[in-house]
Amino acid sequence: MNRIHTLFNTKKERVLSIYFTAGFPELESTMEIMEAIQAGGADIIEIGVPYSDPVADGPTIQDSNMIALENGISLKKIFEQLKGFRAKIRIPVVMMGYLNPIMQYGMEEFCKKCKEVGVDGLILPDLPMQQFIDDYKALFEEYGLVNTFLISPQTSEKRIREIDQNTNGFIYMVSSHSITGAKAGISEEQIAYFERVKAMNLKNPRLIGFGISDAETFSKASEYSNGAIIGSAFIKTVKGSKNLNEDIQKYLKSVVE
Amino acid sequence: MIKVDEKGFYGKFGGAYIPEMLHPNVEELRENYEAIMASKEFQDEFRGLLKDYVGRPTPLYFASRLSEKYGAKVYLKREDLCHTGAHKVNNTIGQIILAKKLGKKRIIAETGAGQHGVATATVCALMGMECTVYMGEIDIARQHPNVERMKILGATVVPATSGSKTLKDATNEAMRAWINNPVDTHYIIGSVVGPHPYPEMVARFQSVISEEIKWQLKEKEGRENPDIVIACVGGGSNAAGAFYHYYNTPEVRLVAAEAGGLGVNSGKTAATTAKGTPGILHGSKTILMQTEDGQVVEPHSISAGLDYPGIGPVHAHLFDVGRGEFVAVEDKDAMAAGVELSKLEGIIPAIESAHALYALNLIEYSKDDIIVVNLSGRGDKDLETYIKWGKY
Repeated sequence: MNRIHTLFNTKKERVLSIYFTAGFPELESTMEIMEAIQAGGADIIEIGVPYSDPVADGPTIQDSNMIALENGISLKKIFEQLKGFRAKIRIPVVMMGYLNPIMQYGMEEFCKKCKEVGVDGLILPDLPMQQFIDDYKALFEEYGLVNTFLISPQTSEKRIREIDQNTNGFIYMVSSHSITGAKAGISEEQIAYFERVKAMNLKNPRLIGFGISDAETFSKASEYSNGAIIGSAFIKTVKGSKNLNEDIQKYLKSVVE
Repeated sequence: MIKVDEKGFYGKFGGAYIPEMLHPNVEELRENYEAIMASKEFQDEFRGLLKDYVGRPTPLYFASRLSEKYGAKVYLKREDLCHTGAHKVNNTIGQIILAKKLGKKRIIAETGAGQHGVATATVCALMGMECTVYMGEIDIARQHPNVERMKILGATVVPATSGSKTLKDATNEAMRAWINNPVDTHYIIGSVVGPHPYPEMVARFQSVISEEIKWQLKEKEGRENPDIVIACVGGGSNAAGAFYHYYNTPEVRLVAAEAGGLGVNSGKTAATTAKGTPGILHGSKTILMQTEDGQVVEPHSISAGLDYPGIGPVHAHLFDVGRGEFVAVEDKDAMAAGVELSKLEGIIPAIESAHALYALNLIEYSKDDIIVVNLSGRGDKDLETYIKWGKY
């Protein structure tokens, strides 16, 4: 069984997913960060594949992408770094990246490599649902990769249902009208949206992301979903860290406790 | 047949590769733009403003001295005489009326050299709408007069400080701003790029160019079809407009002049079809300049309006199926062509348009051929570049 399904079968609440940018802060930070995320008590690791033009991301993740690319990261390099990672990492791992670098690598080759190294799922934010159904769904299934789509407060109920039908990992609920890292805190308006989606009884688990940064926002988001995703706040933690392992664990403990 | 399909593709290129957060906005536009554009009310307002405000129809001018020099009948489509100095305003007029009909309150736009930003700020002033223009920090420094023009017109200019701090990053910033303000804001994209329906919508607003060429040429030459139409291509909106009504008339040759920069193989170029490969940029599948790893490469052109790493999907398709002839014009040759037109015809062209003029040296034709060069903009904004260039 896919590790993501196993996770949500056993853990229904306060699931914590952590996004980090591969190749940041140092080219070879990838494994150290992944081990620290697991040791710190997170449930899912999202490996961000850097891209020169990340349109859905705010300044923090943009910067980490730029620095990672300057460090010399590439998909090829990421797969080299991930070789054998399953000897150390037991929690689910998802790759998150914009479509263009993956297309240049080759979608089939990419899926094949993901399976080979032990990646469980994919989040491709600029892959439209219809394109996924037409071109890639069968491929994802062939290589045992679950997929995740995003929804936002503007997504219609009809489309949320369609997305739910075509997702088999989890639904990524973008918390507000925003790019990543945009604002802290959770408003009444956002809670109304969380409740609206919760009441839809979707078949997939839901994780809330964008604007989640600390114990308070994590707990609040978890009240209305199966858990949450932290990205920008985590990137801020690793940026300039002198001791990645220690700082990451300390940060994660502050979030989950 | 060159035509966009239901999913927004021209052959292999196009589509709408956007994050879900943009889906409702783009979908709203896709569902409504055709019906709105087809309505009499829209057409009356659009046509009225093009005539009385923009100054259309723009002349189709027989350039006799240029014709003599090149040994063919060369006509210039004078988009440089449009209000604000370039063809860009045809599109912004169309989109702002559309935005009003959709009930939008705010306008955002990206700009490179500032021409589209000025055209957007202009129509926002005309309609009394709030306007924010995203512009790369580097472009703000090198296009200062246009920044001030936008401010005089009442727009807010926001520097794009991400990535390479030029047009592609300004476009990213505008998309991010749209994600942050999805309900009351319309994004006026300035070229035939972006997710469907933008490329087709912008092309239709610009198609007034070839619509006029047809009847103007009929009046002057007794035929609607020239032998050749030449236009410069950055994203490609003026070319799309000049080609639009000739896409499916195979006897009319369509020539697209890309910016060769310091040379196609110099590493400092914006010749997208020469150096690019298929991929996704700003929401559509197209041809773009990128590394093997799929990272977008920063282009170079002396002309800020052509300094873009991709081309509109319709142009990628014209290239792919061989309907368009693509040539690369280097910085130095474009400058020489700009000076030449100034001396021969008394018209100082925008450096973008000068690329199209130089293409006369790169293609074959016979002396009876009728050639229309789309003179997309005037050179006032480029005076500093001409002065720095110095060879006049």
